[in-house]
Amino acid sequence: MAIYNKSEVAFVRDQMVGESPAPLSEVGIVGWAKKNLFSSIGSTILTLIGFYLAYLAITTVFNFAFTEAIWTGVDGNACKPPVAGEGACWPYIVAYLEQFIYGRYTISERWRVDVVYLIGAIGIAWLIYEGSPKRGLASILMLTAFPIVSLILLTGGNFDYSSTFIITCLVLAAVILGLAFVIPTLTKSNPIPTVISVASILGVIAFVLFLVSIDFGLPQVETSLWGGLLVTLVIAVVGIVVSLPFGIVLALGRQSNMPIIRIICIVFIEFWRGVPLITVLFMASVMLPLFMPKGVHVDNLLRAMIGVAFFASAYMAEVVRGGLQALPKGQYEGAQALGLNYWKMMGLIILPQALKLVIPAIVSTFIGLFKDTTLVSIVGLFDLLGQVQSSFSDAKWSSPVTSLTGYLFLAIVFWVFCFAMSRYSIYMEKKLDTGH
Amino acid sequence: MAVQDAGHIDDQAKVAFFNDPKVRSWIYQILLVVFLGWLIWSIKTNVSENLEAQSIATGWGFLSTTAGFAIIQKLAFYNEASSYGRALWIGFLNTLMMAFVGVIFATILGFIVGIARLSSNWIIARIATVYIEVIRNIPLLLQIFFWYFAALRALPGKRDKISLFDTFHLNITGFKMPAPVFGPGSWIVGVALILAIAGIVYLRRWAKQRQMEKGEQFPVFRASLGIFIIVLLIAYFLAGMPISLEYPEFVTDGAIFKQGFTLGVGANLTPEFIALFLALVIYTAAFIGEIVRAGIMAVAKGQSEAAHALGLSNGFTLRLVIIPQAMRVIIPPLISQYLNLTKNSSLAVAIAYPDLVAVGGTVLNQTGQAIEIVALWMVIYLAISIVISLIMNWYNNSIALVGR
Repeated sequence: MAIYNKSEVAFVRDQMVGESPAPLSEVGIVGWAKKNLFSSIGSTILTLIGFYLAYLAITTVFNFAFTEAIWTGVDGNACKPPVAGEGACWPYIVAYLEQFIYGRYTISERWRVDVVYLIGAIGIAWLIYEGSPKRGLASILMLTAFPIVSLILLTGGNFDYSSTFIITCLVLAAVILGLAFVIPTLTKSNPIPTVISVASILGVIAFVLFLVSIDFGLPQVETSLWGGLLVTLVIAVVGIVVSLPFGIVLALGRQSNMPIIRIICIVFIEFWRGVPLITVLFMASVMLPLFMPKGVHVDNLLRAMIGVAFFASAYMAEVVRGGLQALPKGQYEGAQALGLNYWKMMGLIILPQALKLVIPAIVSTFIGLFKDTTLVSIVGLFDLLGQVQSSFSDAKWSSPVTSLTGYLFLAIVFWVFCFAMSRYSIYMEKKLDTGH
Repeated sequence: MAVQDAGHIDDQAKVAFFNDPKVRSWIYQILLVVFLGWLIWSIKTNVSENLEAQSIATGWGFLSTTAGFAIIQKLAFYNEASSYGRALWIGFLNTLMMAFVGVIFATILGFIVGIARLSSNWIIARIATVYIEVIRNIPLLLQIFFWYFAALRALPGKRDKISLFDTFHLNITGFKMPAPVFGPGSWIVGVALILAIAGIVYLRRWAKQRQMEKGEQFPVFRASLGIFIIVLLIAYFLAGMPISLEYPEFVTDGAIFKQGFTLGVGANLTPEFIALFLALVIYTAAFIGEIVRAGIMAVAKGQSEAAHALGLSNGFTLRLVIIPQAMRVIIPPLISQYLNLTKNSSLAVAIAYPDLVAVGGTVLNQTGQAIEIVALWMVIYLAISIVISLIMNWYNNSIALVGR
């Protein structure tokens, strides 16, 4: 290494030159495009193909839904080829909108459906908006009062019970109360608290049965008249409300150390998870009536709901089991060391943590359930999809674009519901991620 | 201390027989069994009473009765004079075929979508994201209806067609393509095919072993392709060219009802098959895409950086470093997607693609044997689910990380 004498060197830089700005081709839109769109020859080709495909897709959908679409008209002729035939036939949707929302629900009674929708919307908003007060109360109301009020409003209440049904219920109640008294007595503990809690549960059930039998002066609306969005939402909500507790019980049963209970739960879960929902619905619609004693009629809608609820419970059970298994064993041991019994350990320590872990998975199960409700149209119920599909046979609105318009409408409705749920789940995931 | 306390504990244990958790748990379980037994017994009596009232005989005798309905797509011999059992078998084969083809194509499309979503190319990643978010949130049944009732109905009519190379044709009656016709001596080609595959498997093992020992690479893919083509061609010509192609026949003149494609000449994919296939593949691929993306993101970034530092190209990095590691994360959810696709293929009943459920539904309507048919469905789907899980679990174990 040579040693330079300062006088021998012509120039020595003793100051750094200031930073020059990045070349124009590396910053701003040009730089971004160069980096993200045209980084190599392959990438450029892909970009061109991609833009072309995107252009095709967007213009096709946009033209169909807007520029070529027909906005007014009184029947299908407005959307037929001499006049149109390339774009959506929106007046058809407008004409059928009521039917898509209520089905063939008695027209003068549709306000009842509106009230249920309204209460449901307010309840859900109350539940999911964080700033709202008393969210615990909201969830209790939504799980107890809302289903009963909806049942009364939608069907009209005023249920008749046959004398056999009342006698069976009374006998069952007596047997259960007797057991609640005998078992604690045999184990030499005080039977009074058990009897009181069991009696209050039975009392609540009796009260609900009594409530729905009251004549509120609402005309009856047969479930065969229900249809459209109403049926879709009723089946989905019943499925969701039933599957969560039932799934939790099944998951606990599967983790239980009582061999018979464990085996029964495993068989139940794996059975429903192993078969397609459509066979479950067929089973519910053709076999359930055979299972019932003579003279007991199970409503078509109820059959589908039972099928969907069983099916969803099995999936929910597996989701909850995932949460239970993800908890470290120390949580169980800690709870036991504190002297908590099984139900307290589960209710106070394990389940709150486990459920929190699997909220995103629970929501995706709900989304799946919501989409799966469309299957009931195959077994002859008129859910939203079935209602739209059946409207295609109306000669008044027949046109080459009627079915496409109907499907586009359905796609938008389902997409909005499902996408909203999935976004909420992502939001919850982020919020609950305490980042250990 | 131990001696004294032992006696004390013994005394306490005898106190409350009913408070012993073990005894209690057995009481609960016995109660549950009694309840379930009662439930099953009462269902059984109700069923037999109800069936008696409808005068339906239970049993599997109906399986050998003549079915009398036609099936539009059959992979084995079937006609109207065949039995119900045969019809159900055809339906079962159709279910298997749909599941098999669907799984293969959904995997390919799913991997493409998943990788595209992570692409550094902005527009490609965006398209993949939009595809996933749109398709995942629309019910499958709606998509099937869309393809069947809207998209495929817009195809040219019976007496018209869209053609590709004058070999593949598409119109409202389906997708027509040449069908292979196996003449006498075809078995020689079949044997050659098996031999070629065996040879390729052997070659791959040999090449891998050589690379392990000496570090020398062997162009396995090109050699395999060569073996495959050469062996098959030699066998084909030795056997006297027994396999020929039968092209679809399109009639444009003559009586109007005879115009269009002649029935039974060439191979035909029915519109039902195409609609169900497209809907299943596109729908399932969206889920597989998300799984693939999650799997790839689960591989630490250092892995790809290290691979790049070793001078591996993007393709090699993906194929040799990222994918093998991502597979461990991908496989378990992929299994459940395969199961979902298989079970979802039962939606065929909505557009009358003759799968197990659709054919079973027809049989059910004709005979009223609800219990037998539903039981058959459930047993078969459970069996399919178990087989798929076993195969995929075996594969999963074979690629699992082996600890030292």
